Amino acid sequence: MFDFLNPDNLMNFFVAAILAGTPLLFGTLGEILTEKSGNLNLGVQGMMFMGALGGFAGAYYYEQMAAQPVAVISVLIAVICAFLTAAFGAFLYSVLTISMRANQNVTGLALTIFGTGFANFFGEAISFAAGGYAAVSSETKTIFNTGIPGLADIPIIGKILFSYNFLVYFAILTAIILAWFLNRSRAGLNLRAVGESPATADAAGINVTRYKYLATVIGGGICGLGGLYIVMNSSNGVGGVWTFNLISYQGWIAVALVIFATWSPARALWGSLIFGALSVMRLYIPLGIPAQIYDMFPYIATIAVIIGVSMRRRRENHPPDSLGIAYFREER
Amino acid sequence: MQDENIKTKTPDAHRKTRKEPFVRIVKRSDIQRAKAWMIRVGAIILAMCVGGIIVLLMGHNPFAVYSAMFTGSFATATSRSETIKTAVPLLGAAIAIAPSFRMRFWNIGAEGQILVGAVAATYFALYVKTMPSVMLLLAMMLAAMVAGGIWGLIPGFFKAKWGTNETLFTLMLNYIALELTKYFQHGPWRNPMSGGFPKIAMFDNAARLPKLGIAGIFDVHIGWIFVLVLAVLMLIYLRHTKQGYEIAVVGESERTARYASMNVGKIIMRTVFISGAIAGLVGFLLVSGANGTLSDSTAGGVGFTAISVAWLAKLNPIVMIFIALFIAVLSKGSNTIQTNFKIPASAADVLTGIILFFMLGCEFFINYKLIFRGVPSAESTPPDSTAPSPEVTAPDSAAPSPEVTAPDGAVGEEAE
Repeated sequence: MFDFLNPDNLMNFFVAAILAGTPLLFGTLGEILTEKSGNLNLGVQGMMFMGALGGFAGAYYYEQMAAQPVAVISVLIAVICAFLTAAFGAFLYSVLTISMRANQNVTGLALTIFGTGFANFFGEAISFAAGGYAAVSSETKTIFNTGIPGLADIPIIGKILFSYNFLVYFAILTAIILAWFLNRSRAGLNLRAVGESPATADAAGINVTRYKYLATVIGGGICGLGGLYIVMNSSNGVGGVWTFNLISYQGWIAVALVIFATWSPARALWGSLIFGALSVMRLYIPLGIPAQIYDMFPYIATIAVIIGVSMRRRRENHPPDSLGIAYFREER
Repeated sequence: MQDENIKTKTPDAHRKTRKEPFVRIVKRSDIQRAKAWMIRVGAIILAMCVGGIIVLLMGHNPFAVYSAMFTGSFATATSRSETIKTAVPLLGAAIAIAPSFRMRFWNIGAEGQILVGAVAATYFALYVKTMPSVMLLLAMMLAAMVAGGIWGLIPGFFKAKWGTNETLFTLMLNYIALELTKYFQHGPWRNPMSGGFPKIAMFDNAARLPKLGIAGIFDVHIGWIFVLVLAVLMLIYLRHTKQGYEIAVVGESERTARYASMNVGKIIMRTVFISGAIAGLVGFLLVSGANGTLSDSTAGGVGFTAISVAWLAKLNPIVMIFIALFIAVLSKGSNTIQTNFKIPASAADVLTGIILFFMLGCEFFINYKLIFRGVPSAESTPPDSTAPSPEVTAPDSAAPSPEVTAPDGAVGEEAE
């Protein structure tokens, strides 16, 4: 039976929840930025896939080609490539929805289908070329899986605060920067104006198209980092090895978390922690129910959240007013 | 610093430099249906070219690869049967999606609705099998349709009552249905004779759909007749019934529907139930026809791929028949090229994605036309249009023509 008073068990649960919640946090933050511009991009799952592939391929090819690969450079390349590949997916979405006025829902779904296929296709191609199994070097993998040197060794506090890989801290930092950007910076306020009422923003001299493009593309890049995390971190699987269909649900949960967080980056932190905890609960809190029922928890919780949010509509909980609607200047 | 630029300079700078924009976008008021479909076919061909370029960059001959895909899915009676077997659930699920999407209810839960339908049918096949075959098959089918319908009705109810986001709701129900299937497979329905593997026993012959083929051409379970009939029925339902009309009106504008004193909530729930029930039927076809048993890979992404099929066909059930076959050829053919060229089978998904992008993009050229600076607007009429009607050249884009807004005429022609 689970011992709630056992601090070790609780601490391990907390750490595992953070590790499982981080990719969700990246996805949620990227989608918040995107949706604040009025674009509902349902392609988070696809962009995560693309980010995972881009980051993995970048690091892998660098290590294959460089005479003496340096792990830090490899990690840096992985981060940049993950961001750019996912941003490219978001760019395709932007061209179709912003410039060519395609339906946002369907374009997002198409992006998910494309991104999933794209990542599986090139991932498999890399694996085939490597003889069936492609992996990054163990030094690179270590960087994605270890905490802050020195500090992580402090008992208890070190484990709770400093034992995570750099992407976890980067995700939290992104949340803080995004919160500041959306609430305090002029560009952020302009962006929110674009999302609430593009026609008003346009009349006020804000370049609606540019804001929508930038927010969607950068938001997509942030989602891609979540994918990079999933492929490199061993809490989600092997770590550093390309696996077929490696992102199973995280992108979609992230879309739901945006609603849960009511478009606030600060609340996204809590949301992703809670959903991270739900997804690893089976390993830490035995309730004597079948594993498959455990695995339903995050999905049931998501449904509860979207029903709850829809039932009590509050002003401040509302999505950006123009969310999902394309803006045509000619049709004002 | 960028913001200050925008704040101080842009309003004037904008107006001065862009007095006449380089390119103007004008809504087309009318386009011939045949021409619209020509643009769409052109988009598919362009997408295949992009796919070909990727193949070329990987060091293969795109013509050889494409023709291998085609022969791999059509050359022998076996491969033809396999291709049709793949197309049947795709077409069924796409038909299931059509009424929801027509109503702009973004039901991406076909996958889950298929699975619960399959689970319900499997229950009858495993535990209520004392009936004669025809009765048993009918009971399985009915159970599958009710289960799928209810699985669709749940998000429909919340959408109708509180406007709950149906995209995420239906998607989460997919995952729950998958876990439910796994639960039965690993737990209560596990076959003790399967040697340690978590498997459900194969159905008795009484619970299997009979085969019905054309000698020497293909030999597939009878499901292909089901879905072909369904396609025709759905076309009639959407275009020529009161309920189909209601779906179209709710899809165009809920407010209009309310103003016309339609019961929007009831229409939503009814439509989503129908959607789910058809998906459930597909689940029955899969377990009773193609696979002969239930497993967690029974649906195997059919519900998602069907979204592509439905959208590529512009929600026209008859066009779906060809698109479903086309996608089935892609996915069967991609297995061939994996063996022959070592090109991963996911090529089918990439190609589907690219085709979807091109199809979404080409709608822009169907709905709008571009007028470039300096080109007199008379010349901007496409020279190949046989009868240049005055409406086409009129620069006044604001006035919506009655044909475009009439939901009945718009069934096959999704406007925006």
